[in-house]
Amino acid sequence: MAVTVSIPTILRTHTGGEKAVEASGKTVAQVIDDIESRHGGLKDRLVKDEKLHRFVNVYVNDEDVRFAGGLEAEVTDGDTVTILPAVAGGMR
Amino acid sequence: MGDVLRIRRDHVDAIVAHARRDHPDEACGVIAGPDDGSDTPERYIPMVNAARSPTFYEFDSGDLLKLYREMAAADETPVVIYHSHTATEAYPSRTDIAFASEPFAHYVLVSTRDEHVTEFRSYRIVEGEVTEEPVQIVGDAGAESAAIRLNPDVTPVESYMFANTGSDDVPDA
Repeated sequence: MAVTVSIPTILRTHTGGEKAVEASGKTVAQVIDDIESRHGGLKDRLVKDEKLHRFVNVYVNDEDVRFAGGLEAEVTDGDTVTILPAVAGGMR
Repeated sequence: MGDVLRIRRDHVDAIVAHARRDHPDEACGVIAGPDDGSDTPERYIPMVNAARSPTFYEFDSGDLLKLYREMAAADETPVVIYHSHTATEAYPSRTDIAFASEPFAHYVLVSTRDEHVTEFRSYRIVEGEVTEEPVQIVGDAGAESAAIRLNPDVTPVESYMFANTGSDDVPDA
């Protein structure tokens, strides 16, 4: 038990307005599943076809998990998982 | 949350200067403000376009984390999120809309396609729906101010809707 997951504004509708929630799991995927079991709807916003959605960044402490195993990135007790929407766009 | 973007002249000038400097690549950044509903852009933060592209922009993921941590520590929110289009109009693209994830932010789009005059427009983007809003610039243009063009088709909002806090807040005639 006990990683802290920081939730961005746009996803707080799925956490009853909470900015951060506690969760358990050994990987990012397990942490997301654990949150999903209590706050339905979040997973769809984060995961698509078993991969992290292009539109979100997920960090374990200071590391973007895209460069550290994606959904299989390991988490340990006391870690902070931060979810942030990517800020991106373009002319097309 | 208002239906107008009120933004200081020096912030407008900074955004336009950034867009011109990075042209033909897209430029991007944020103006943070207090997270108290006052909807006031205060702290200008230019960001690196990690894509370094004329057709795409993205905040570097490490910079993004640092930015949001700083804002959280200072009780700030991204009041303005800006980027430039360098060959097309200052209107959100499908990609811009797909990525837009700050329902309380003013999405400012500037276009540098005209080399002399920069289009400067602002939008709300909420759940895929784009609403353009008027831009009210606070403060007079100086000699160094950029030549900009606002969208004259956006309904201006009457000044009496605002609580004036000083003479600088009186809109230009």
